[in-house]
Amino acid sequence: MTGIAVLVATLVAGVVAGVVMRHRNGRPRSERKERAPVTGDDLGAELGERATLVQFSTAFCQPCRATRRILGEVAAMVPGVRHVEIDAEARLDLVRRFDVLRTPTVLVLDGSGDIVTRASGQPRKADVIAALGAAVDRPSHRSSQPSDKV
Amino acid sequence: MHIDPRGPRFGAAITTLLLAAVLVTGSPWLLAVQTIVFSLGAFHSSPYVAVYRRYVRPRLGPPRELEDPRPPRFAQGVGLVFATVGLIGFAAGITPLALGATAVALLAAFLNAAFGFCLGCEMYLMIRRLQPGRTQ
Repeated sequence: MTGIAVLVATLVAGVVAGVVMRHRNGRPRSERKERAPVTGDDLGAELGERATLVQFSTAFCQPCRATRRILGEVAAMVPGVRHVEIDAEARLDLVRRFDVLRTPTVLVLDGSGDIVTRASGQPRKADVIAALGAAVDRPSHRSSQPSDKV
Repeated sequence: MHIDPRGPRFGAAITTLLLAAVLVTGSPWLLAVQTIVFSLGAFHSSPYVAVYRRYVRPRLGPPRELEDPRPPRFAQGVGLVFATVGLIGFAAGITPLALGATAVALLAAFLNAAFGFCLGCEMYLMIRRLQPGRTQ
């Protein structure tokens, strides 16, 4: 009897969790936390002139391959945009710094390296293009007035 | 070599049914069967996926996208851990442990079968984050 109750509870929890996760998965959210801008040195790769798509991946990540393909296509389509893929396991420092909890996580950086948007889970191509549009249009306040602060 | 992602998902559906049967019947033997399947999946290849390849795959079209075999293999390892804990619960007569661990494994299998989410894979980075970091 207890077993049947546990079964029903587990399946209900599974349906609720599945629906919530499906809704939130890959959906871009604006970055709320103020952070120091990301530099090319941080990533070990050159940033895009207008925007950068930073993808965190691991080997044990099913949707990372499809995400790589989508971001690669978008970066090839829009001039001045680069796609940088980070091996999360090799760069746990960045994983902690940017509060990355899952892979793939995609950070959309504007031209000055500020994180504009993030998405965890495989994003849809249209969402990536929209987020990129917002990042490219953003006035790059930082590049125009260089700061001495670290 | 990349794999047809529908194979592991088919396996997750069978796993869901089997683990549901464990909860309904309270049979440690059924859980033992699933534990063996998890170990085969983690260290060799899953018999459920073999069934998929032999009987289901020929009736379907080619997959839209191929996938890395490592994530589902890792997830089978996570399933193995929970199934083993469940077996220990049955053996020691600790029913909440037996049912709880079986329920966690069932939840993961169900999310994979019904929604295509790999809970075991999602846990991977969380686990790695807890370990001391190397920097390049």
